This record gives sequence, C-alpha cells and structure tokens, in this order.
Amino acid sequence: MNAAEHSQLRWNTRHLIPNRNVRIALKIAMITYLYFGIVSVDVNWIRVYQGAGRAMQFVVAFLSPDFVSQYELIIDGILESLAMTVVATLAGVAVGLPIAFGAARNISPKPIYFVCRAFVVVSRTFTEIIIAIVFVVIVGFGPFAGVLTLTIAGAGFIAKLLGEDIESINPEQLEAIRATGASWWATLVYAVWPQVKPRFLGLSLYRMDINFRNSSVLGIVGAGGIGGTLDIAFARYEYSVGAAILLLIVALVLTAEYISGKIRQRVQ
Amino acid sequence: MLSVKGLTKRYPNTEISAIEDITLDFPDGQVIAIIGPSGAGKSTLIRCINRLVEPTSGEIWLNETNVCNLKSESLRKLRCRIGMIFQEYALVDRLTVMENVLSGKLGSVSLWKSVRRKFPQPVVKSAFEILDRVGLLDQVDKRADELSGGQRQRVGIARALLQQPELLLVDEPTASLDPKTARQIMRLIVGLSKEYNLTAIINIHDVVLAREFTQRIIGLRDGSVVYDASPAGLGTETLGAIYGEEDWSHSTYESDNNDSDSAAASIDEKLGALK
Amino acid sequence: MAVITDSTGEKLWQLRTRTESLKKWLVWFSVLVVAAVAWRYVSANTQWIFVVDSPRQAADLFGRMVPPRISYIGRLWGPLWDTINIATLGTLVALVIAVPLAFLAARNTTPHPLFRTVALFIIAFSRSVNSLIWALMLVMIIGPGLLAGIIAIGIRAIGFISKLLYEAIEEVNREALEAITATGARRSQVIFFGVVPQILPALAGIAVFRWDVNIRESTVVGLVGAGGIGLYLNHAINRMAWPDAAAILIVIFLMVLSSEWVSSKARHAII
Repeated sequence: MNAAEHSQLRWNTRHLIPNRNVRIALKIAMITYLYFGIVSVDVNWIRVYQGAGRAMQFVVAFLSPDFVSQYELIIDGILESLAMTVVATLAGVAVGLPIAFGAARNISPKPIYFVCRAFVVVSRTFTEIIIAIVFVVIVGFGPFAGVLTLTIAGAGFIAKLLGEDIESINPEQLEAIRATGASWWATLVYAVWPQVKPRFLGLSLYRMDINFRNSSVLGIVGAGGIGGTLDIAFARYEYSVGAAILLLIVALVLTAEYISGKIRQRVQ
Repeated sequence: MLSVKGLTKRYPNTEISAIEDITLDFPDGQVIAIIGPSGAGKSTLIRCINRLVEPTSGEIWLNETNVCNLKSESLRKLRCRIGMIFQEYALVDRLTVMENVLSGKLGSVSLWKSVRRKFPQPVVKSAFEILDRVGLLDQVDKRADELSGGQRQRVGIARALLQQPELLLVDEPTASLDPKTARQIMRLIVGLSKEYNLTAIINIHDVVLAREFTQRIIGLRDGSVVYDASPAGLGTETLGAIYGEEDWSHSTYESDNNDSDSAAASIDEKLGALK
Repeated sequence: MAVITDSTGEKLWQLRTRTESLKKWLVWFSVLVVAAVAWRYVSANTQWIFVVDSPRQAADLFGRMVPPRISYIGRLWGPLWDTINIATLGTLVALVIAVPLAFLAARNTTPHPLFRTVALFIIAFSRSVNSLIWALMLVMIIGPGLLAGIIAIGIRAIGFISKLLYEAIEEVNREALEAITATGARRSQVIFFGVVPQILPALAGIAVFRWDVNIRESTVVGLVGAGGIGLYLNHAINRMAWPDAAAILIVIFLMVLSSEWVSSKARHAII
C-alpha cells in the first residue's frame, strides 16, 4: 500500500454497540426513563428549604457528639449489638455450613440441591429488616428476634458463597480421593473441606462484620441492639446523642473490619 | 547525540546504587545493546534517560537539552521526542490496536480531543503507514488483548514510532517472546531504527541476539560499565566479567548472519528430539 | 505434623504436636466462652414468655397472611415504580460522586495523600452506616418522600462503589501507564487513556451489582417514611392487614428476583 492509499483510510473508535440505530434508541430510552423517573419524585421544595436549618443542627451535632448524657443507654445498646452479632454469627455459620454443602451441585444429590438453593434464594431476597419485622411479630420485641434474623440471613450468605466455592474446587483432588474408594463423608473431609476451609473462615469473619453493621439497624423495628437507642435519640431530637451513637458505630465497624482483615490474612 | 555524564541512581532505603557514575556517549543513528545480569541497572539506566526514574546525580544531554533540569511541561515535550518499547508490551489491553498506537501522540493532543478519540487526520494517516510497515494493517480494530505476543510487541513498536522520536529506548523487547518471534522483532526494531536514522538503546538478555543485530555492546555489572566495544571483542573472558564465571564457550561463536533463523531452527530440532 | 517415637522405638504420626492441639483447643474454648457470655446477654434481654408462645404466634400469623389479598397488588404499581426509581436514581447519584472519590482514594491516581485520607474517611463513613439510618436522618432533614430515599440509598452506595472501584484502580497494569507517560502524555491523559479503559468493565459490574442491592434496600426505606413500597408495608402492618402485607411481600419477592436476574445477565454481558 502506498502513501496515497494510506491517506484514503479513515478511522473511528470501535463502539461497544456496533449498530448506530440501536445506540440512538438506547440513548433515547435512557433519557425518557430519566425524565419520567425524575418527574415522579415530586419534591416538596418548601419542606426541603425548611430542612436546611435542621441540616445545620445535624452538622453541629456531628461536630460536638454527646457521649456522656445517655452513657448507660449507649453502652447497653452497643453491648446488645455485639452480643447479637456473636450469637447470630456462630448460629448462622453452623446452620449455613451444611446448607452450603447441599447447595453445591458437584457434591450434592439433586433433590437436596434444590431444597438448599431454595433456602438460599428466599433468605437472600428479603432484606434483614423485613425478616426482622416478621420475627418481632412472632417472638416479640428484643434481641432474640434480631438474633433469629441475622442467623437466617447469615446462613443464606454462607450457604450461597461457600456453596459457590465448593462448586469451583479442584475436581481432580475430588476424583483422586474418590478413586481410593473413600466414602461420601471421607471425600468431604479429605477432598472438599481442606480446599474450602480458609474461605469458610474468611466468609465467617466477613459475615461477622456484616452482622454487626446490620445489628445497628434492627432496633428500628424493635429487634434489639443499638438501633433502638439511635431511633429514640433522634425521635427525642437529641441529635448530639444520635451523632455520638453513629460515630461509635462507624468506629466499631472499622475496628471490626481491621481486626477481621488481619485474621483473614493469617488464615488464608 | 545523547550524552550521559556521571549518572548515578540510588533508590531510597537502599545501601548501594542501582547505577554508579556512568558516563557514555551515544552518537546519532547508532544501535546499541546493553547487556548484563538481572539487577545490573539496565532498566534504571534507560528509565533515567526519559526520567521515568529520577537520577540521583549526574547529567544527561539530548542534543542541546539538559534532561535533568526539565520541569513538568518541558519534561513532557522531551518525552515526546523519545520513544520507548517495553518487555511486557505495556499496551492498554482493552483499547484497540489503533487506539494504542495513537496514544503515542497524546503529548500533542488536548485532553478533550484525546478522550473523544479525535486525533488529527495527519496523525491517523501516519499511524496507518506505520501499522502497514509493521504488518498489522488488517488488525486495526482488534482489541490489544486479542493479539499474540509478537503482534502486541509490534503495536508497542508502532506506538513508539508514531512519536517520530529522535531516540528509541528499548527495554528487553524479546524477553517474553519465543525464539523465532524474538528474532523477527529484533530485526524489525533494528531495521526501523536504520530506516528512520534513530539512535536505539536496547536492553537485552540474549547475548547471541545482541551480537548479531547491534554495532556496539555495553556490558553492565553492579551498576557500572565493564565493557563498551563492538560485538567482536566479546569473548569468554569479557562475558565472565559481565555475568560472572560460567562456561561461555557456546555463546561466543560467530553466528551465521545469512541464515538468521538457524538458532530458532536448532532449538526446534532439540525440542523435536525430546519428543 | 508431628512424629513421635514411642517407648518401643516405633514412629508414631499425628497431625499436630501436643502444643499445637492445645492452642487449637484454647481458641475453641475462648470462642465458646465469648459465645456463652453473649448468649446470656441476649437471653437476659428477651421476654421468654413470648418466645415460648412463638409457634402459636407463627401459626396465627401464617393463618392470617394466607391467602394473600391478590387484588391489592393492582394498587401497588405506583409504589413499585417509586421503589425502582429510588434504587436507580440512587445508584446514579452515587456513581456521580463515587467515581471521582475513587480516583482521589486510589494510591496511584490521588493528587495528594491528604486527599486520599479524606476520601478514605468519607468512604468508610458512608459504608459503615446502613441506608435505613441515612433515610431516618434524611427524612428528619428534608421531610418524608422519595427524595430522602434516593439520597439515603445514594449515600450508602457511594462508599460501596468507591471502595471496590479504588481497589480496581490500584490494580491496573502499571506498565501500560508507564508507557503512556513515556510518550509525553499529561497526567490527566494517562488517567483517561490508560486507567479508565482498564477499569471500565469493573465499574460497570460494580454499578449493576450495587443497583441490585439497592433494589433490595429501597424496599424498606419506606418504613421510616422515605417512600416506595416499604411505606405501604408499614401501613399494612400497622393496620394489622396481614393479607395486604402478604401481597406486598410477594411483590417484593418477585421484584428482587427479577432485579437479580437482570443484574446477573447484565454483568455477564459486560464480562
């Protein structure tokens, strides 16, 4: 090819969607959705404007959090959250582990697989808050409803993620142990468990972080923990107490994440 | 003409210098190989020349420009004048071949135009020419990660050439390639340097390739120059001085320039014998 | 692993040495102690009379919920649309803020370590507080309604998106960035031409994933007045209208399932 021919060539970027009409149609669809979506929000601007003063109160509250005046209530709430976290994590892991094995297609028989998958889907579809509402109705207000909620959610979490890990284990090791004539339980102990154990510990610690974070909201629907204290503080317009609680939650979440991150590094 | 005077680089928190008091002249149009063991300072040396690595002391002159004194904007202008080719090709995988090549001209295009991929037509035209020259004209719209190693290195070469550089810095261009492709890439780099009358400084592990394709070999050891002469002078003793004691008798024979693929062929034979 | 020689001179093998097993048991023992203390705490704050009664309560609740009032679903299209908008617009709001924040937070693109520290703090704060709590505060500030829900979902998503994105930015191929720098490109061009193409698929994946999570969370922000289907759920429960509540739960279930399906399809298309 010579220079004259080179100057004939034109170049444009390669588009993700090659068809120009499809691109335009997508753009129009997006703009239409945004238009109708935003229009339907229907904001009461006067109320928003009035809220500006209250926003300032919040800012002030966060700059001068009040840890002292409701000291006992806060400590009680935090301890309750922590206790719920510990119990629910252990219970959730204990329930989730067998379901994880059941939800792994490569080692579990079809009927058990479907039952376990169904549990995973249902437990993960509803947020903790909705599950908590149901449990509060059934077992009454208090941390036990929260523990049950976090247990179910945690079991679903472990079952889904660990189940997926079990499905992606090295099949050769499984085959090798099966080839020695080992029983189903023996293959579980010798071929499956060693491969997923570090992940299991990691997921459990990760779930502990999530449980603590979520235990801080369950109180809003009466399922125990610091969320109840927070809700009351805000309802009484004690913003600086609320700010103190939120800052404590953030500090605890970050500490827990830091510690569990360190432990995970060691076990993995 | 590129001159390096008393160049020293010491990385923070280290006892010894990566390169120590190096003084070298690189005349225009010369193709130079730098050989030496890993950690001898080859990469540091060429990265000091375009200041990807900040020299600790010493001077670098590219024609009339004192490289070490340049501040951000003029440093960019200098880098526009120096092309660089990398061991792992250093392409942006998710961009197309053409986009990768055009990135060579980013220094002369505004941010807004480069984001919208609106490069001036003359630049696009010369990109087509260079892609034709390196044999990738039919791959223009392929993504970089769809190419083979040799093809990717050709894209890297095209990107460097699109800069219309005065100087080519080449860092281990063949280390990730199979022997045959390695020779082809080496021949392409050297051939293009001659064609555009470029000075090319090539870091290379492969002593045989270095002696075959370059006019001058610089041997580095522990950050200092221990050899600087034509390939002909490179014997068992000098290789020992560069790399340390080892049986070098097989690396020092004069390879046959007419049948340049023989080394690859002989390796293929050996592999065949193993099967 | 431990190999011990017994009195007859025969080699015995055990998985662990004695001290190793001791340590292991000690860890288990302390976990058990912590669990027991925690359980006592939970138990002390629980009204066990209600728990004992719970099977009857559960049966009662189930009895009232079944059959769900299917006809009620017809009135739920409005709140459903609102819920989807909370999630989608919330995700968009979050993206607008989270993307620049991620570039400030990533070690290799931040303009200054100080920016990085501030960005990391914002990310941590946003992530640690549940969207329902953000909604609670926003309802107090700007009043009940969709806007509070959108901002609450958005604020919580900022930290999530930013964290995953800045980790992706820190993992980009550095050699490619070095190569673009070596051509004489500006730093901004290195970011747009070198970093952005590399992280774009990750960003799309993260955004779609978060949208899916946001759908779930936006079903409940209505409980504190921030709009969407949660508002109706709250009303139904307060009125003890269990067949209505059951109908709402069915709708939520179907919506979350379809959003999960959409997001997994979209993520597969991206990768």
